Amino acid sequence: MSIDKDKIKHISKLARISIDSKKSDSLAKDLTSIFKFIEQLNELNTDKVEPLSSILNTPLRAREDKINDGKIRDKILENSPKKNEEFFVVPKVIE
Amino acid sequence: MSEIIKKNLSEIIDLIKKKEIKSEELANLYIDKVNKSKKLNSYITTCFEHTIQKSKEFDKKPNLNSLLPGVPLAVKDLFCTNGFKTTAGSKMLENFIPQYESTVTENLWKEGAILLGKLNCDEYAMGSSNETSYFGNVINPIARDTVPGGSSGGSASALAADLTPATIGTDTGGSIRQPASFTGTVGLKPTYGLCSRWGIVAFASSLDQAGPMTKSVKDCSIMLEAMVGFDNKDSTSIEKKKENYSKNLKTDIKGLKIGIPKEYRVENMPKEIDELWNKGKNILKDLGADIIDISLPHTKYALPTYYIVAPAEASSNLARYDGVKYGYRSSKGNDLIEMYENTRSEGFGDEVKRRILIGTYVLSSGYYDAYYLKAQKVRQLIKKDFDENFGKVDAILTPSTPSSAFKIGEKTNDPISMYLNDIFTVPVNLAGLPAISVPAGLDKKGYPLGLQLIGKTLDEQNILNVAYAFEKNCNFKNEIKNWWL
Repeated sequence: MSIDKDKIKHISKLARISIDSKKSDSLAKDLTSIFKFIEQLNELNTDKVEPLSSILNTPLRAREDKINDGKIRDKILENSPKKNEEFFVVPKVIE
Repeated sequence: MSEIIKKNLSEIIDLIKKKEIKSEELANLYIDKVNKSKKLNSYITTCFEHTIQKSKEFDKKPNLNSLLPGVPLAVKDLFCTNGFKTTAGSKMLENFIPQYESTVTENLWKEGAILLGKLNCDEYAMGSSNETSYFGNVINPIARDTVPGGSSGGSASALAADLTPATIGTDTGGSIRQPASFTGTVGLKPTYGLCSRWGIVAFASSLDQAGPMTKSVKDCSIMLEAMVGFDNKDSTSIEKKKENYSKNLKTDIKGLKIGIPKEYRVENMPKEIDELWNKGKNILKDLGADIIDISLPHTKYALPTYYIVAPAEASSNLARYDGVKYGYRSSKGNDLIEMYENTRSEGFGDEVKRRILIGTYVLSSGYYDAYYLKAQKVRQLIKKDFDENFGKVDAILTPSTPSSAFKIGEKTNDPISMYLNDIFTVPVNLAGLPAISVPAGLDKKGYPLGLQLIGKTLDEQNILNVAYAFEKNCNFKNEIKNWWL
C-alpha cells in the first residue's frame, strides 16, 4: 500500500488534524514505509483464526447501575481552556 | 554527595525503619541532587514544598509498618496526580492539573511514599528514546550523548542517576523494560490487569500496564506489591488476592524449566548480546534450572501486529483531545471543526500525529478487515505460541533489547529502525504476560545490557525469583560517574 498526499488529506480529515502541505510529503513517505512493514502479516493465512480483542478470558465486568459520585461540576470545568460559568465554550455552531 | 541516595530502596527503607534517617532528611538529599541534575532533563515537574511538608508529617507520626515508609518517589508524568501537573510529555497537556489521583499512585501514597516530582517521557508514551517529548529529550546518565530509551526514559534516567530511590513507568510495547535495559536498572511489566489503568493517560488500552523500575530485584518486588490491587474503576482489573512478593522472594530455582526461543536470535544482533544471553543461560543452569530450546514461530509478526493494534487504539483514545474540556486549544479557526483540527495539529507532536493517522486509516471503512481484524488474528497466533510453550517451560529467557543505548538523534529520521528496538518486548504485551528486564552486563562501550524473563499469566513471583537468583550470581555493576554534576 502506497500512501500519497491525497490519502494523507483524507485520513487527516477523518482524524481531525490539519496537516501542513509541506509536511504531508514526508508523512506520506513515512506512512508508506510503515505500511510496507505491517503488510508482512499478509504472508500468514489466518482464515481459521479467531480474532483476539482482549487477552482477558472473562467478559468485562459490569457494575451495578448506581450513582457513586457527583457534585464535581467545578472540578470537571477546572481545566477547560474556555468556560462561562457552568458551561464549556466552543466556537459558534448554529447561525 | 551523600552515599545514602546511592543505596537501593530496600536499604533505604531499613534506614528509615531503624530511625537512622528521617524522611525529611532523605527528601532533602534527593531534592539537592535533582536541583543539580537539570542537564539530564529527567524531571518535567517538581513539587518539593509538598514533598517536605509530607515528609515532616511522616516524621511526626511515622507508620513504619507500611511498605514504603516516608520514601520520596518520582513517577512517570503519565500518572495523574491530584493537584500536580500531568503532561504526558505533550504540549496538549502542558497545563493540565488533574483533579483526581491515579489508582496506582494512590496505592503508593497509602503505603507511605511521598511524591517528589513527575518524570519526563515520550509524548503520550509513544517512542523508544524519549526524543518525542515536548519537554525535550532526556539524557542517559551512562554517557552524555546517549538516549535513556523510552517511553519511560525520564524514569530510567532519574533512577540510574539517584534522583529517586525507585520509580514507576508504563509499558505498552516495552516502555519499562527497554529503558531499564539501557540504564542498567530493573524494570517489570506485570500481567495485563494486575495494576489498575485508572488515572493513567491512555495510549493503547489493551496493552498498557504500569510497573516498577528499580535498582534491584528485591526493590522491584516491594514496589510491585505496593502498586497492585483490584480496582473497580478499571473494567479490566483482575480480581485476586494480593501477593506478598517481597516476603516470598527466594533464590532457589532448582528444577525450573527455562525456555530459550530460537526466533529471538535475530539478524544483525551484536555478538555481545548473544554472548550475554549465553552467560544468562549458564548462570541459570548452574543454579539448577533446566534449559530447554523452544520455538515461538510468530515472533517476527509481533511488531507489524503491534503497529496496527497500538495506533488503532491510540487514535481512538486520543480522540478526546478536542480543545474543549481540558488541554490545549488553538486560537485559530473559523468554526468548531477548524478549531478541532488546529488544536490537534498544534497540540500533538509528529510521532503522535503519525500514529493517530495510521490508527485512523486501519480502522477506516474498507480497510478494517485487511488491517485491524488481520492484526487481531495474528495476535491470537502470537498468544498461542506462548500458551503452548508454557505447558513445557516455567519461564522464558531472552535478551531485552537488540542493542545497547544509542546516540541522541541516531534513529529519529527512520521510524522503522526506531520501532525495531522493541522487537523482543512487544510480543509480551500482545500476549498480556508479565516480564522483567534485569541488568546482565556491559558492552564494549561500557553501556549496560539487560536480559528479559517472561512468565506465565500472573506468575510475577516466579520471574522475580529467577531474576533474583540471576542477579545474585551475575555480579553486574552499573558504572555511572556523575559527569553532569
